[in-house]
Amino acid sequence: MNTNSQNHSAPSLTGRAGGESFKYFPHTEEDLDVMLQACGVGSVHDLFADVPEAARFQRDYELPQALSETDLRLFFEQLTHPLNAQQLICFAGAGCYDHYAPSVVQNLIQRSEFLTSYTPYQAEISQGTLHYIFEYQSMIAELTGMDISNASMYDGATATAEAAMMAWSSAKKATRVLVSETVDPKVRRVVETYAHFHGFPIQLIPAENGATSRAALDKELAEGGVAGVILQQPNYFGIVEDFTGIADAVHDQKGILVINANPSDLAILKTPGEWGADVAVGEGQSLGIPMTFGGPGVGFMACSEKLIRKMPGRIVGQTLDSRGQRAFVLTLQAREQHIRRQKATSNICSNQSLMALYVTIYLAVMGKEGLREAAEMSYAGAHSLCDKLLATGKFRLTFPGQPFFNEFCVDYDGDLDSLLSEATESGYLAGVKVGEKTLMLAVTEQRTPEEIDELVEILGEYKNEKI
Amino acid sequence: MNRTLYGNLIFELSKKGRKGYSLPQDYDRTHSTAELPEALRRKEAARLPECDELTVVRHYTNLSHNNFGVNDGFYPLGSCTMKYNPVINEEIAAMKAFAGLHPLQPAETCQGALEVYFNLQQSLAELAGLSEFTLNPCAGAHGELTGLMVIRKYHERVLSDSSTSEKVAAGNEPSPQQGGAGKGARTKVLIPDSAHGTNPASAAVCGLEVVEVKSLADGTVDVEHLRQLLEEMGDQVAAMMMTNPNTLGIFEPRVLEITEMVHKAGGLMYYDGANLNALLGECRPGDMGFDVMHINLHKTFSTPHGGGGPGSGPVGVRKGLEQFLPTPRVVLNEEEKQFRVEAPEGALGSVGSFFGNFGVMLKAYAYILSLGRENVKMVGPLATLNANYIKERLRDDYLLPIEGLCKHEVVFDGLVDKSTGVTTMDVAKRLLDYGYHAPTIYFPLLFHESLMIEPTENESKETIDAFIDVMHTIAAEAKSDPELVKTAPHNTPIGRVDDVLAAKHPITTYWKSLEA
Amino acid sequence: MANFEAGLYYSESHEYIRVEGEFGYIGISDYAQHALGNVVYVDMPEVDDEVTAGEEFGAVESVKAASDLISPVSGTVVEVNEALEDEPELLNQDAFANWIIKVQLSDPTELDNLMDVEAYKKHCE
Repeated sequence: MNTNSQNHSAPSLTGRAGGESFKYFPHTEEDLDVMLQACGVGSVHDLFADVPEAARFQRDYELPQALSETDLRLFFEQLTHPLNAQQLICFAGAGCYDHYAPSVVQNLIQRSEFLTSYTPYQAEISQGTLHYIFEYQSMIAELTGMDISNASMYDGATATAEAAMMAWSSAKKATRVLVSETVDPKVRRVVETYAHFHGFPIQLIPAENGATSRAALDKELAEGGVAGVILQQPNYFGIVEDFTGIADAVHDQKGILVINANPSDLAILKTPGEWGADVAVGEGQSLGIPMTFGGPGVGFMACSEKLIRKMPGRIVGQTLDSRGQRAFVLTLQAREQHIRRQKATSNICSNQSLMALYVTIYLAVMGKEGLREAAEMSYAGAHSLCDKLLATGKFRLTFPGQPFFNEFCVDYDGDLDSLLSEATESGYLAGVKVGEKTLMLAVTEQRTPEEIDELVEILGEYKNEKI
Repeated sequence: MNRTLYGNLIFELSKKGRKGYSLPQDYDRTHSTAELPEALRRKEAARLPECDELTVVRHYTNLSHNNFGVNDGFYPLGSCTMKYNPVINEEIAAMKAFAGLHPLQPAETCQGALEVYFNLQQSLAELAGLSEFTLNPCAGAHGELTGLMVIRKYHERVLSDSSTSEKVAAGNEPSPQQGGAGKGARTKVLIPDSAHGTNPASAAVCGLEVVEVKSLADGTVDVEHLRQLLEEMGDQVAAMMMTNPNTLGIFEPRVLEITEMVHKAGGLMYYDGANLNALLGECRPGDMGFDVMHINLHKTFSTPHGGGGPGSGPVGVRKGLEQFLPTPRVVLNEEEKQFRVEAPEGALGSVGSFFGNFGVMLKAYAYILSLGRENVKMVGPLATLNANYIKERLRDDYLLPIEGLCKHEVVFDGLVDKSTGVTTMDVAKRLLDYGYHAPTIYFPLLFHESLMIEPTENESKETIDAFIDVMHTIAAEAKSDPELVKTAPHNTPIGRVDDVLAAKHPITTYWKSLEA
Repeated sequence: MANFEAGLYYSESHEYIRVEGEFGYIGISDYAQHALGNVVYVDMPEVDDEVTAGEEFGAVESVKAASDLISPVSGTVVEVNEALEDEPELLNQDAFANWIIKVQLSDPTELDNLMDVEAYKKHCE
């Protein structure tokens, strides 16, 4: 960035440098004169007479000069030059997936009535927002098999951390929250960070062949004092775990079961509700939201009816208006920070509303069949890629015998870093390195059979191996 | 905005057999999910709607007509800074080259994105008078929490540095799980009673105990009460959180004294950036003695509120505290002239999976570049001028509880004439009839009938004059026809809603509504 | 105007307790329900839970406010008013007839720290 710091001409009496106007400021010199006079001051700077002299900022900011719209476009075009923002064919997942993004979704969420509105406190002029959030909540509840959903949260990781805090605050005599080692380490890190400062212990349940160790989990549950258990489905390594019996064991000692699920796979997979979870959380980015370097996505949280007043975040409910029409409104606000202050269920005071709209329209477009078809294609593609990689003889399954969905891990005996560099050179993001020798690859419905074959060729034929 | 309600739910438009998508059909079908054990599959397909594309497009377009955004009209919502969301910023944030980047792709293949992150944080540091920012927090409240974590991490470090030898001798290393809440820990946070509710809520989530500092009658911090609190418990105080200008839109005149007092007691000063817009060009939090702060990009830096999010809540720190910022961190390797992603030791942890709401950062960065140094400095003065102008022009009909200059927003305590029984709620609802969004009402809590107006720098004198005229008209209506105002709004798609019904028997999904 | 019922003990946080032998019925005063407005939810403890004088044992929510319930005495919860689960508005209809919890008092001398109706009336002015 060019931070030329030379001083500009001194401000005029009214405070505007050189009297030039700017496209976002409508004030003319004449307007300023009238308004200043009404306020009884001579210059806009006099409006800051109550700021102590020692705290006044008296120089120019060290920032570039204003860019015209044309220059701004050029600037960003240069930043997105193919060398600066390489568009790699994406076989990486690990919490962010390259799914199909229908054209109508992007178009509709740009409507300024949605984009430029505030949180829907004034229900009479916010039915658009309240209405789609109600649809969103219905869709999330249906996908996760839970009773109720909130209006969305920042991302999947913070939603999981909030669920951990819910578990802790619901428990009367608990000593810790259990988290499986097969939960995404990035999510675990956020949960641990929140827990550390909030003041409760997190205990890790180890993995066995890539899945949560049932022996270890059962042992901890038998000891008691567990406020909650957090699992992930499919887990970080892409494995679909069997949670049979866990919910009962957790409930037996009054803990709550939290399942972090990938919503796009829930078209097919057993739902958190069917597993007996009390809270379902996760990242909604896989529902067609562009990757955009990791955000914005959208966190979701759904829970059973009995936890409704423990759930953090906004909730939209159905009611009637004074004319007897069905209407929607923010409800159960007494849980929230603006009323409860330090006793609120959480400090969250927004939702990821526009991204919830994204998810809602995506699910409306894809519908019952489309979501299933996309999940089916992703599954088929991942298994096809896996078969072909194993057939090269250079890779072997990291967790043999485990069922997986659209993401899986393979071990490679050569130098994984140089293999990945080679793939990048050829325009492929071949996956995410999750161990010294372990590569994790994801396939979505976006990947063509040709791309899969080409990736297998690149990875299979790479010779320059340091073994 | 439509005057009639568009009422269908997408589920009510669904018909079996319709579809609104098309996916490629040529793929390797060797495997299918039928291979998965039945115990791992859901029993019944999710009841998602089945609609053709046009039905979906019309449905959401019709919904948008029941909404009101900044592009529709004046939005004087106090403490929310509803400024114009420039269209060019949307164009840039939607660039395909950014949309297609995976957050875990090698740093050398996404230098452009890392440069945006790095330069934006540097720009914010300059604007705030601080050393470095993390852009990872997704919203203001998330930023507050992150900022308090920085503060706690700092105190944990101070505590362990100062007593390492002692503890080792006693075999009494504090458990890393306990948030440093052991002996000598600073666990209290001082918060003015006028603060926004998020401050105490964030403190509680961060494991801190809230101690309220009283306000004087003019709404500013009672410095004598603060002094007394610091004398009583100064060695337990982790930080004081302040909003300046405060929630009444008033600059805290003794801020320098306050920051010095808290520092002397060993605490840090946290600046809630909710009202930063007022100060752009005139004053920087770092120069007032604040150590940690958050900025709401969706307020001060023009990114759209999107009906409640996504926002972005970058957190800045003064020199010496950078090491505690959450990971991942984007750093510039000066020698290689390369941006890198790092997760240094000593960081407080992580507050999100990746880099936060990158798409929002693009918009804020485009905004700063569009304004440039010559226009950024006019933001605070013009916003403040607009607010003071409204204050002077409305004080005949609306009760001004605090005299003197305000900053970017002004608070009234309802109508001057209270005899009509028309409340602030009624005035707010009547404004909707005239095509304005309502101001913030019943906050701050210091007054019973708070009406908080924030015009922003983007509004023209004509817009503001028209708003002032309508406010006067409503005041006249309150006298001549109070029922008209008390039963407002009349011209909106729906009338006032039954909050009690919604809260007593919550119906929060379509499925539940079918049972009712 | 709020009603004030004689013969009960009142706390500064607007709970009352009607003592019958070793048991006490705890609720919120009519003054408190007026201040809260339409009650939409009452968060109650479970039978056998212990309550402590001066500490919270639940909460009452209206649409725009929430208020913690502070126990005026210490003891064990022997019954909760389950009717309030479905009809929280009973508190608005008659706050004194609709108690929230019944407790077995562990230390009746704690009652000495509470107000009688005259003192409570003054407290509410």
